[in-house]
Amino acid sequence: MKIAVASGKGGTGKTTVSVSLALSLDNVQFLDCDVEEPNASIFLKPEINEKFLVEIPVPEVNEEKCDYCRKCAQLCAFNALVVLAEKVLFFPEMCHGCGGCSYICPQQAITEKNREIGVVERGRAGDIDFIQGILNIGEPMAPPIIKKERSLIDPSKTVILDAPPGTSCPVIETIRATDFCILVTEPTPFGLNDLKLAVETVREINVPFGVVINQHGIGDDAVEHYCNREAVPILMRIAWDRRIAEGYSKGIPMVTVLPELKNDFRNIFSSIQTTLQQCSG
Amino acid sequence: MKQLTIISGKGGTGKTTITSAFAHLAPNAVLSDCDVDAADLHLILEPAIKHKESYSGGSVAFIDTAKCTQCGSCVEACRFDAIRNFVVDPISCEGCSLCTYVCPEEAIVMKEQISGHWFVSSTREGTMVHAKLGIAEDNSGKLVSVVRQKAKEIAEEEKKDIVIIDGPPGIGCPVIASITGADMVLVVTEPTLSGLHDMERVLDTAKHFSIPALVCINKFDINPENSAIIEDTCDKRGVRVVGRIPYDKSVTAAMIHKKSAAEYDCGDVSREVVAMWNNVSDALFAQSEG
Repeated sequence: MKIAVASGKGGTGKTTVSVSLALSLDNVQFLDCDVEEPNASIFLKPEINEKFLVEIPVPEVNEEKCDYCRKCAQLCAFNALVVLAEKVLFFPEMCHGCGGCSYICPQQAITEKNREIGVVERGRAGDIDFIQGILNIGEPMAPPIIKKERSLIDPSKTVILDAPPGTSCPVIETIRATDFCILVTEPTPFGLNDLKLAVETVREINVPFGVVINQHGIGDDAVEHYCNREAVPILMRIAWDRRIAEGYSKGIPMVTVLPELKNDFRNIFSSIQTTLQQCSG
Repeated sequence: MKQLTIISGKGGTGKTTITSAFAHLAPNAVLSDCDVDAADLHLILEPAIKHKESYSGGSVAFIDTAKCTQCGSCVEACRFDAIRNFVVDPISCEGCSLCTYVCPEEAIVMKEQISGHWFVSSTREGTMVHAKLGIAEDNSGKLVSVVRQKAKEIAEEEKKDIVIIDGPPGIGCPVIASITGADMVLVVTEPTLSGLHDMERVLDTAKHFSIPALVCINKFDINPENSAIIEDTCDKRGVRVVGRIPYDKSVTAAMIHKKSAAEYDCGDVSREVVAMWNNVSDALFAQSEG
């Protein structure tokens, strides 16, 4: 089973929840898909033993063959190529690696070479098969790294994918085609606003979902009312507790600070299993 | 006219809380919310929309099944696994259009997508430019660039001193679009190991794009030891810490009342935010003096 943990709003507790869930279950593979700012390793402290470079194929223009016909720049949907009178300018960060320019060039003046944008690392954190992606500084595109992580998914395991904040392409790449998405929110106006956006997003991509309300008690009950109105299942309410916040600040997982919560996380997993059986049955 | 972007690396550190307070404290500002896929600044500033425009992030391929012979050339060419059973998945499609070129039957066309909207609004603190990215849409960086450009134009027209930009979390394309061309970034961090790790990456990103940075340690008193590590890290990097804001539940109360921490009495938080604004505006406007 593949379970994604997302939120919309940053800082609600995605990594806290995904790490605690991973530590409460057996036979787990953990994917930290927040490749811009991966933090799960701070809590799971994995021993890394494999590294994969993530590369995008980008054009290399042989200007001796090039006749500056501009067909490559005209095809390029990402403004990565600009053809001047006697010069071709290439902007590597804009390139999505689609291969269109090398395909279209009538002079066959364009070949492709690999450009590194980041790395995927794999290792073990206790019994957990741990994978994280790290985007290189200055690189704009997270999804290719998330795709590489997902290619390492072991379907025989319970796979937990820790998503980045937001609702745009890196989040979509993380949560698409998973079996269930846990949305972590906080009971505040910002939390509710972003939860609504996240709910629309998971509905759009057709992934069953439920909500965990973290830091319960710090704000108001508007999130509860929203979930009730929208028939969104609330899987768990985690009361704000200074011990959890202090543990978090030191890199200590929630279920290490409060081991009794492991039962609640196992219950989340059971209720997800029940929900999915009901969906398919 | 200066542009200040408030970023964080890590989500949830308090960017929007601080942006809304600065919006109140800055006498002559245009506000801009560049967290286009999870915008929250409007919840405090309550904008009245004056102008709305649709935004296209790109195109998506569409296969005409009447013309399609299912030869598979498009599937072979597509590097994004966007074509399954000879139907284009609009979420996977990156809009490169290569399939339209390889199709021997000319059965594929590109259709421009409306991927969101951007707005120019009035608020109690000045003109605000903001946006809403469509659900499950991509290319948020391009929408951020549109918002940035519009905010800059308006600031110049209205002869404002500053554009204050609420940035997104992370370090990828929407963040890059929020900071390139800005005069300064304020990095809001928190005294947690995650906050410290993410602050370093976002400071590296600002440095990569040659943009000067200042740092604010929000909720600094929840872990004084980590706060000291952040101060030390910043010192070693030659980055100034301009604000140390304590944790206080009144900040959430202010949010519920739709007020910034500069309008609502948040005790020491309010005082520290005012002091920080003075530090930031001094640093920002001192740049023009020699």
